[in-house]
Amino acid sequence: MSTLKTLNGNQTIAEAVRQVDPDVMAAYPITPSTAIVETIAKFKADGLISGEFVCPESEHSAMSVCIGAASAGGRVMTATASQGLALMWEMLFIAAGLRLPIVAGIANRALSAPINIHGDHSDTMGARDSGWIQIYSENCQEAYDNFIQAFRIAEHLDVRTPVLVGLDGFIISHSMEVIQVEEDEKIKEFVGEYQPVYPLLDTSRKITVGPLDFTDYYFEHKRSQMEGIENAPGVIQQVGKEYGEKFGRPYGFFEEYRMEDAETCIVVMSSAAGTCKDAIDELRNEGKKIGLLKPRIFRPFPDKEIAEALKGLKAVAVLDRSTCPGAFGAPLFTEVRNALYDYDPRPKVVNYVYGLGGRDIMVEHFKEVAEKLDKIAETGKVEEMYGYLNLRE
Amino acid sequence: MAKLKDLAKMEDRLVAGHGMCLGCGIPLIFKVVLRATEDPLVIANATGCLEVCTTIFPRTAWNVTWVHSAFENAASTIAGVEAMYKALKRRGKIPKDKTIKFLGTGGDGGTYDIGLQALSGTMERGHDVVYLCYDNNAYANTGGQRSSATPLGASATTSPAGTQSPGKLQWRKDLTKILTAHNIPYVAQASPTRWQDLYNKAKKAFEVEGPAFLNVLCLCPTEWKYEESKGVELAKIAVDTCVWPLYEVENGKYKLNYKPKEKKSILEWIKPQGRFRHLFREEYAWVLEEFQKKVDEEWEELQRLSSL
Repeated sequence: MSTLKTLNGNQTIAEAVRQVDPDVMAAYPITPSTAIVETIAKFKADGLISGEFVCPESEHSAMSVCIGAASAGGRVMTATASQGLALMWEMLFIAAGLRLPIVAGIANRALSAPINIHGDHSDTMGARDSGWIQIYSENCQEAYDNFIQAFRIAEHLDVRTPVLVGLDGFIISHSMEVIQVEEDEKIKEFVGEYQPVYPLLDTSRKITVGPLDFTDYYFEHKRSQMEGIENAPGVIQQVGKEYGEKFGRPYGFFEEYRMEDAETCIVVMSSAAGTCKDAIDELRNEGKKIGLLKPRIFRPFPDKEIAEALKGLKAVAVLDRSTCPGAFGAPLFTEVRNALYDYDPRPKVVNYVYGLGGRDIMVEHFKEVAEKLDKIAETGKVEEMYGYLNLRE
Repeated sequence: MAKLKDLAKMEDRLVAGHGMCLGCGIPLIFKVVLRATEDPLVIANATGCLEVCTTIFPRTAWNVTWVHSAFENAASTIAGVEAMYKALKRRGKIPKDKTIKFLGTGGDGGTYDIGLQALSGTMERGHDVVYLCYDNNAYANTGGQRSSATPLGASATTSPAGTQSPGKLQWRKDLTKILTAHNIPYVAQASPTRWQDLYNKAKKAFEVEGPAFLNVLCLCPTEWKYEESKGVELAKIAVDTCVWPLYEVENGKYKLNYKPKEKKSILEWIKPQGRFRHLFREEYAWVLEEFQKKVDEEWEELQRLSSL
């Protein structure tokens, strides 16, 4: 029997960790993900988990410990946020390049400067080309469900690619929510036994891991690395479906909310999607034909599926909780707009940056966006392709 | 006591075919150290000469399990391997009677400098690993830049000697002491050419429960600029001048492993090496004086600590 528990986002990740009980957990505390590490440490102190808990002296070392542990041949997790993920940056690429199925919980937080501890997606978006699979969560329940599925996705033999699960710092990491926690045994069964691939601890093989490539092999190795993330979509779908069959909450690449007969759409990830749903309900009550598309998987980007879902619309607003200075729009926008390029007709696509450093986004702001979309849909003209929400200028 | 002919019979764990320089001290060190345990071994290697020269894909010179992930994190990487070993042993996935040893290693660049934090963390957390620093006094892999192990007055590419500078202006960092301050079970300083001493120290390091640290002076004809054939002699001089004393600290207790009958002048160490050539200009005479003074002070202090 699953049980209802009142947990915040960090606790849901820790609860998932307790149930999965990975072989090695190595993490360094940083706001707002500190409680994940603290809770795991307490579980260990109370004998509720039997894996090895390592508390390194930095996030760089935390990821390095994870890399050593995963190469050794077992299930590994970590958690961090913001500057911590930035400090891991070098090692993120190495984890992916060595095809190590590490799972990381990220309480998404703004990057310095100015220093700010609150939620935005600058940290994980900064790591979007590191080769990690990226999953974003709207609420605590999704954070829990995603984190459990992440092990299955990362460790799948056709994927063998690290996965990070994002939950918005403070907004989700520190918000209490009643969530459905599944039975320990069922979670263990769902995740299954870890299957090591070329483990260092099988010392009979005397393997060399992480050698030096020159111009003659590097390119081929990077190409073969991509196969893992290219194989991920099918596995993500299969795991999401199986999770649904087992626990009643199926998952796909994205969620569509009131998209039937929609003419315009807001694309937004993570916690803001929850607020957006309220706005969509109100707008629908006013007779507006608007819907929401909430991407769950950002890497690998489900370009075809998202384009298919959006192609018939008149106007789409993509909302990003990070910026990409000097680029043609923020990260989610460029992906969505690019995915639609080959479609004719295709919707007009605009980009709004919101919520940097934890700035609130309210129903009224989504309504503002809806109004702009209406105008674009009506006139077919885009006056402002890139803008900001709830910002004093 | 180990006999050389017995050691010679043991299987090489670092085999021929690597691309290290003629006269390089690294293979000398590893041929001895890797014989000091017969248990299965996993090595985590920092980016550096050893890593680059032994693992150019698709070839490897390692006849032992080996992993490399980055420059500054060999200590954290081996800590992760050891953590997984503990977990899997506890969970019955590795038989209880199977023992695996763990060795992290890097040059002075990857150890004294960029990897110091990771090394400190791994030692402080008490992972049951050995860390070996092969200290060749420079970033040799990238062409001889200064490190915090580069001696005073040595010309390195980022502390070059010139008309206004005698080369490196600072005294080297005493890493062995820093590791001693971690209060780990075993810390030792060794030389590649005193093979018996190095072997004994490596054996102890592998045998102790908990972290152990070995700092081994590593000959580098390329960056020290001396005739390759003179390496063994030069390593001996390093010990006889007390520039590189041989000692160990076992559970906090200092022990001097070798006391030269007659302590030689540092000039014997400095003269054969091109990196110090400029120090014989009149205006840099003070550097030689300072060098001798510092060596004398450190030697006195070491003798004092060893007599406690």
